[in-house]
Amino acid sequence: MLIALSILLFVVLYTLAAVYAERKVSAFIQDRLGPMETGKFGWLQTLADILKMIQKENIVPSAADRRLFLIAPVIIFVSVYMGFAAIPIAPSLIGTSSNMGVFYILAIISIEVVGFLMVGWGSNNKYALYGATRSVAQIVSYEIPAGIAIISAVMLSQSLNMNEISVNQGILSNETIKFFGIWDITHIGGFLAWNIFQAPHLLIAFAVYFIAALAESNRAPFDVPEAESELIAGFHIEYTGIRFALVFLAEYGMMLLVSMVAVVLFLGGWNTLLPNIGSLQLAIWTTGTFWGVFWIISKSLFLVLIQMWIRWTLPRFRVDQLMGFCWKVLTPLAFACLFISGIWRLLVM
Amino acid sequence: MSKKNQNIVKSVSGILNGMRLTLKHLFAARNLRKPVGVNKSNYFAQQEGIVTIQYPHQEIPVPEVGRYQLEVEIDDCIVCDLCAKICPVDCIEIESIKAVEDIGKTSDGTTKRLHAAKFFIDHAKCMYCGLCTTVCPTECITMTNEYDRSVIDLNEMNLKFSVMNEIEAEEKRIALEKFNAEKLAAKAALLKKE
Repeated sequence: MLIALSILLFVVLYTLAAVYAERKVSAFIQDRLGPMETGKFGWLQTLADILKMIQKENIVPSAADRRLFLIAPVIIFVSVYMGFAAIPIAPSLIGTSSNMGVFYILAIISIEVVGFLMVGWGSNNKYALYGATRSVAQIVSYEIPAGIAIISAVMLSQSLNMNEISVNQGILSNETIKFFGIWDITHIGGFLAWNIFQAPHLLIAFAVYFIAALAESNRAPFDVPEAESELIAGFHIEYTGIRFALVFLAEYGMMLLVSMVAVVLFLGGWNTLLPNIGSLQLAIWTTGTFWGVFWIISKSLFLVLIQMWIRWTLPRFRVDQLMGFCWKVLTPLAFACLFISGIWRLLVM
Repeated sequence: MSKKNQNIVKSVSGILNGMRLTLKHLFAARNLRKPVGVNKSNYFAQQEGIVTIQYPHQEIPVPEVGRYQLEVEIDDCIVCDLCAKICPVDCIEIESIKAVEDIGKTSDGTTKRLHAAKFFIDHAKCMYCGLCTTVCPTECITMTNEYDRSVIDLNEMNLKFSVMNEIEAEEKRIALEKFNAEKLAAKAALLKKE
């Protein structure tokens, strides 16, 4: 209960900060200043926004399917929020240490798609329906390369437990860890022990997963479901007030969740960045509950920042390019990674 | 290299180029543009960093010869009506009443012989050509550096530089009529004498 509440609080605070960061990053990239008036450097802007949204009237269009319309944003947010339960925050800190952690996250994220479809259908609006169908087509397609890239990492860890996957990427590991499959670094740790450096082909798997994750969280350059210039706001066009805020919260929560999954599977989870160098035991000094929280959050926020950077750099894909990229490029690459992972497991490890 | 491979290399390097460009701008955001006027030699030197000027808090100084809001020093005005005549959009409205005697001198020594009963400039109509300032013989009508006037009511754009209330104007008119009548009578008397 306490963990659930603290995760909820963290997700809400993170979203407020992330929206502010997004606005500032986009502004700086475009040589603007961004919000400056509410508070020093505008740091209270998102707080003011959410206060405004909470006070707004909750409008349900008369032609909308009332029940679907009202319940859909809750489903979207809850599915994203529940995903955080299986993320190991520190060596001994995890919502639910399930042996099926990775599988659970993949499954619970898929429920979000149902919410999107409910939003699009329930709004009874052509733009919302377009957005929702595009979103569903996109997310369902991109789950395949994402899932296969995840499996190629899981094959090396031989576990679906997120915490065990994390343990196997640092100095706390019980198995021997080899850098690029050659150099034994079980007691050195640091970034050298991360999955992407244990087996170099996981770098490609990481790239595939990261790109697919961008598409799953409907972020640019895969934001065809929201395409401001074509669909105005996409599936959530009819929403106002607190329900709009929930959809927004889910989008930013999703960004963090996919980043955290990427960090756990490929970038060492809560493991430290710093390796032991001779008598300089940096890895041992920077491992622990506090450090675990620090490392996983800073790594995930770094990935979130990269997602923002990508959003404000690359233009949107066309729908056919989007599908072509998924099926013709990412999926074969992911399968190649899966194949190499199998061979790696048999021959190298 | 096959054509397909070339395409991949081209796309990836294109994406990386774009990412590098935006990253450069992100880090250049440490520099803020300073509100430097166009007359400074380094006006075009600020190529990097944020271009936003936070307007009400910061202002770019305007050139002295700029054409902004009109201002009338009514004590220097001889009510010659030249500005109203040359105005291409007829935004200056002047009503004059001839004075019975000289009513003072302007700061450049011209004698004033007319009362300005009305001197309105409607800035909602004004096209800021500045012709009125060039024809003014006493240089009492000038352009200031004030450019951000905003009002609630459109009538407030009509700046009233001289308003004589009705009683005063009537007094002046009666005085003038009396003076004219006296003059006429004196003339008539003079004619009769001869």
